[in-house]
This record gives sequence, C-alpha cells and structure tokens, in this order.
Amino acid sequence: MIYRRFLGMPGWDFRSQYGELERVRRQMDRLFEGLAGQGQRTTAGVFPLVNLTENKDSFFVRAELPGMSSNELEIQATANSVSISGEREIPAEQAARYHRRERESGRFSRVVSLPQEINPDQVEAGLVDGILTVTLPKAEIAKPRQISVK
Amino acid sequence: MSESKEIKLKGKQEVTAQAEQTTPGVVFTPLVDIFETEKTITLLADLPGVKADRLNIDLRDNVITIVGDISPVEGKDEEDLVVEYETGRYYRQFTLSEVVDQNKIDAKLADGVLRLTLPKVEKATPRKIAIKAA
Repeated sequence: MIYRRFLGMPGWDFRSQYGELERVRRQMDRLFEGLAGQGQRTTAGVFPLVNLTENKDSFFVRAELPGMSSNELEIQATANSVSISGEREIPAEQAARYHRRERESGRFSRVVSLPQEINPDQVEAGLVDGILTVTLPKAEIAKPRQISVK
Repeated sequence: MSESKEIKLKGKQEVTAQAEQTTPGVVFTPLVDIFETEKTITLLADLPGVKADRLNIDLRDNVITIVGDISPVEGKDEEDLVVEYETGRYYRQFTLSEVVDQNKIDAKLADGVLRLTLPKVEKATPRKIAIKAA
C-alpha cells in the first residue's frame, strides 16, 4: 500500500521545488513504517486529520469532527488549497465529577493543498454524523479528457 | 472567558487486546468523557460516522459495551490520494462501579457523539444522615 502523500506540511507546493524533498521524505516514511509495523501514518500533526480522495470530476477532503455543528466551521477555498478552521466547544457539566476527559475542545485550523486546480466558486461542504466532506470540483483545465484515436 | 486553546492532535487509537474478529478490519477505541453527578453517570463518546441503527450498547453484569459500525462515505469511483486516518468499527467496554437502573438508561446519538445517561438506582444515591447531638 503506497499512498501519495504530499500534504506533509500545510502549504507545501509538492509539484515544484519540494518535489525532491518530498520523494526523500516518502522513502523515510516507508522505512519507518517497516520498522514500526503497519498502521503508522505520517500526518501534518495538525488537527483535524484529513483524507483526500478524487474522482474524475472532483477532489474530496474529509475530516472527522464529531459533535460540531456547521456554524462552528469555516471553510475557505482558493484555486489550489482549502482551509478548514473552527472551534470545538465541549461545555463543562455543572456539579459533575469527571472520571475521564479524553475528548478535546479548542480551536483548530488546517490548510490542505490540492494537487490540481479547482473551481473555488463551486466548492460544497456537508457535515453528516460528525464527518465533514468538502467537495472540490476540478477546474476545467485540470480534468482528464478522453482523446479518441483516429 | 479565558483564551481558548488549540486542539492537539491525538490520532485514532487502535484496539489491541480484544477477542479476535470474525470480520476483517481495523477496530478503534472511541474517545470518551465520563462524569458523575449525585443521580447519574453520563458517558459521552466520539463516534464519527456511526449511524444510530449501527450502534449497539449492551449492559450486563455491570459491564457496558459500546460497538459502533461505520457506513462508508466514499463514493465508489473515488481514488485515495492521502490517507491520514482510517475508519473502522468502534469498540469500548467499561465496568461500572455503581449499580445502574437498567430500565432508565438513555442513549442519544447526534452529530457523531453518543450521550449515554445511566441513572443510579435509588439506594446508591447518597442520603444525608442527620447526626443528633448526644
């Protein structure tokens, strides 16, 4: 399983100047994965973790944000990146004794670079069962075109 | 109000010690908050992607088990480019130290967060005992 990882750092332009660096980093990742066993994923170390997928028309950025409502989230898109920020509030219970407190609250902000240009005017976002899905339609020039052979 | 802090990344915790699964897949430990008031014990669990009909809560012999299955959200034609988190079943078990009134347990699931209210049985709620002066 080899994933194309180019989101090592927010704002990295993986296609040009950092291409070589990124290649080396990926090799290191694979080396460490081999040492530490499976399940190790290199991430940007910034909340929230995101998954990026694509089909021929769009990119999809997904993040797990349980307990958040859409008005607590702010999503901004440019031609080649999308930023997700917000604040997760967990109200403290009155007169309660806490036994465990693992769920975290606070602010977060994350920028995800996209491998191709998108159309920022047609970006859509949905929040269902605590999972955010941002649909980013690819720009016309970035879409693959079927070329018929004569 | 004090300045809010930034969320630190925790990552998802995989379950390690558990009976072997019959179905393949990764199992995660959901993050929980547990707090107690005089009358109830409340458990909040983060279960992103779990729908109410695929969540099972089981209480027997003072052990409460939460099992949540997720439904895939990705479309069939989507190809992975970056995978930072994986999805799978959620599983967590707790032993309750106090007797809970099984008939009055209340569970709500909203926006991927489960809120489980476990009322203590009457005799377990503390009673004030007046001390008479001798």
